[in-house]
Amino acid sequence: MPTLQEIALKTSGADARIVSGHRMCSGCSIGPLIKTVLAASDKPVIVLSATGCLEVVTTIYPFTAWNTPWMHVTFENAASVAAGVEAAYKALKRRGRIEGDVNILAVGGDGGTYDIGFQALSGALERRHKFMYLVYDNEGYMNTGNQRSGATPFGASTTTVPAGKVSFGKPQWRKNLVEIVAAHRIPYVGQAAVHNTLDLYKKAQKGFNADGPTVLAVLQPCTTNWSFDPALTMLYSKLAVETNFWPLYEVENGVVHINTKPSNRKPIEDFLKGQTRFRHLFKPGNEHVIAEMQTMIDDEWARLLKIEESGIQF
Amino acid sequence: MGVKKAITGAQAAAEAMRQINPDVVVAYPITPQTPIVEQFAEYVADGIVDTEMVPVESEHSAMSATVGAEAAGARAMSATSSQGLALMWEIVAATPGLRLPIVMSLVNRALSAPINIHCDHSDVMGVTTVGWIQIFSENAQEVYENLLLAIRVAEDPRVQLPAMVNQDGFITSHAVEPVEIFDDALVRKFVGVRSLDRALLDVEHPKSVGPLVLPDYYFEFKRAQEEAMSKVFEVYREVGTELSAITGKQYPFFETYRTDDAEAVVVVLNSAAGTAKAAVDAMRAQGKKVGMLKPILFRPFPYAEIRDALKDAPVIGVLDRSMDFGAYAPVYTEFRNALWELDKRPAMQSYIYGLGGRDIMTTEIEAVFEELLSGKVDPEHQRYIGLRG
Repeated sequence: MPTLQEIALKTSGADARIVSGHRMCSGCSIGPLIKTVLAASDKPVIVLSATGCLEVVTTIYPFTAWNTPWMHVTFENAASVAAGVEAAYKALKRRGRIEGDVNILAVGGDGGTYDIGFQALSGALERRHKFMYLVYDNEGYMNTGNQRSGATPFGASTTTVPAGKVSFGKPQWRKNLVEIVAAHRIPYVGQAAVHNTLDLYKKAQKGFNADGPTVLAVLQPCTTNWSFDPALTMLYSKLAVETNFWPLYEVENGVVHINTKPSNRKPIEDFLKGQTRFRHLFKPGNEHVIAEMQTMIDDEWARLLKIEESGIQF
Repeated sequence: MGVKKAITGAQAAAEAMRQINPDVVVAYPITPQTPIVEQFAEYVADGIVDTEMVPVESEHSAMSATVGAEAAGARAMSATSSQGLALMWEIVAATPGLRLPIVMSLVNRALSAPINIHCDHSDVMGVTTVGWIQIFSENAQEVYENLLLAIRVAEDPRVQLPAMVNQDGFITSHAVEPVEIFDDALVRKFVGVRSLDRALLDVEHPKSVGPLVLPDYYFEFKRAQEEAMSKVFEVYREVGTELSAITGKQYPFFETYRTDDAEAVVVVLNSAAGTAKAAVDAMRAQGKKVGMLKPILFRPFPYAEIRDALKDAPVIGVLDRSMDFGAYAPVYTEFRNALWELDKRPAMQSYIYGLGGRDIMTTEIEAVFEELLSGKVDPEHQRYIGLRG
C-alpha cells in the first residue's frame, strides 16, 4: 500500500491519467475522487463515462483532460458500453490482435447509476463482465441543478421535490445501492468517501484486481448544489462518515466488513447544518424530520453491524 | 460458384455473420429477428466461429455494448426488429456521430400500437434521418450478400458510418429459399479485418471519444457526417465490383425490372418487389407495358440516378409499407423529391399496403398498374391496397 505522498505523486503531473485544465467547480470532490481511483490501477485503464458532471467538465471539445482512453455515449449505458469494451478486449486478445492487460472502468453519477442506468448496471453485473463500476454519488442530479434521484436522502429539498409550505422535501429514504449490487453475488463492492484517500485507494485497488465485476460507491459532496463553502468539501465527506450517514464498508466475496466504526457517532444535524438542501429542516415544525432521519440512520447502522457480526455471506 | 443451401432469411443473415466471424456480436431476442441470434449462438456454441457473443438484457444495452465493442476496436454486429429498434433508438442515433461502422440486421416488423409481430416498414422509416446507411433486401440471397457488402462499405476510411441491412419480417426471415453461399475463404478475404487505427484499446495512444461538443463545433461534426454519407455512393460501387468477382452479380443502388419502355412503373421495397415482378410479367403477357423499380440503397438516397432511371416513365405508383401520418409516405416522398428536377415530370400516385403483415397479392399490384395506366391518379391523396372497406 503506497503512502499518501506516493498516491499524490501518481495523481499529478503529465503522466497522470487525468490532468489539470478541466472545468470542475471550485471545491468539487470529483477531481480527487477520480484521480485516486485511477491511480489505484496497475494496468492501463479504459474509462467509460455516463453523461454527467465528470463527462461535461473534462471534455468540452476540442479539449480533453483525459490522458487515458476515454469514451462517453449516453446517460444510462456506461455499464453496457463497458460490457462491449470488455467483450472486444477478450475477442481481440484471443485473436492475438492486441497485447497487454487493461482495466475497464465505467463511471456514472448517482442519476446515471441508481436511476436511469440501473438496468444496464444490473445486466452487466449479472453477465460477470470484468470491469469496475464507479458511482460518484452526489445524491441527486447535480449537473443540471439539483433534481431528485433515487440516491437523494430523505428530507432533502431538490428542485423537483422542493421543500414548501406542505412539503419537507423528499419523503422517501434512499435506495441502498451497495446491498442491491452485492445481491448480484459479485466479488467486490466498496463504499468509500473522498476524504479518506487511503481507504478509497485500497478499495479501488481491490475493485480493479477482483476477478469479475465490482462496484465502488463513493460519496461526492457537491459544493454547488448542496451549497456549502467550497473550502469545506472534505469536512462534509468526513461528517457523513462520522454521523454514520455514509458508513465506510465493503462486501468482499459476499462478506461484509465495516472499515471505520465511529466511537461516538455525531448527531446527523452536524452533517445537515450549512447545506442549503437541508436548511428547511431547522425551521420550527420540521423537527420530526430530523428525528426520523436520525432513527433511520441508527437503525441502518445497527443492521449493518449485525450483518457484519453474523458473517453471513451476501 | 457457391453452394446452395435451403435456408431462411434469418439463417442467411446468420450465414453472412458466420463467414464474417465478427469479433463481437451483441443482441437481445425479438420476434422476428430471434432466429438470427439463435442460429449465430449455435455457431458460437459449436466453435464454428470464435466471436465473443454478449446476450444482453435489452436492446438499449445491445446497441450500447455494440458501440462499446466497436469503439474499442472490434468488428461488432447486432440485429433487431421493431420495438427493439425503438428501444435502442437513442444509441442508434448516437452511433453515426461517433463514426462507428457497426453493421446490424433489421428484420422489419410493425411498430406498436397496436402490438403486431408481422412485417411492415414502420420500424426502419423511423430511423432514416439519423445517419445510418440503409440497405434493403428482396430475399434471403440479397440479405446474405448485402451484409457482406455493408461491412466493407461501412468500414471504408472514407465512410466510417453504421449500416442497417433490412429484410421483411417472416416473409423473408422465416421463409426457406435456396440461397447460394459463396466460398468461406473468398468471403473472408473480401471482408478482411477491421483496422485498429481508432481503437480505444490502443492504450498507447489514448483518445477521448464522445466528448461534449457545444455550439462552436457541433455543426461541423454534423457537416462531416454528411460528407461521409455522400462518399457512400462511390464506395458502394467499388465494393460492389469487388464482391461481383466472387458472386458474379451486380450491386446497383436500385433494381429496375422491365422499365425501359414502361408506360407505368411501380416502386416497392423488399419482398413485395418479388410479388411486383410477377405482376409485371403477368401484365406484360397481356401486352401492357409496365415495369418495377426496387430501391436497395435507401440512405444515402441516389436521387440523380433514380431521376435518370425514371425520366421517361409517364406515371409512377409508389408503394409504401408504412405511413408518415399527416404527410406523404416515406418512399413516395423520396421519389417525388427525386423527380422534381425533371423537365417533364411524371404523374404520381402514393399507395399504402401491407401494414402489420397484411399480404399483398399479384392481382392487387396488377390493379395498381391498371389504375396507373388509366390515368386516374391523385398525387395529393394516398390510396390503400387491401384495406377493409
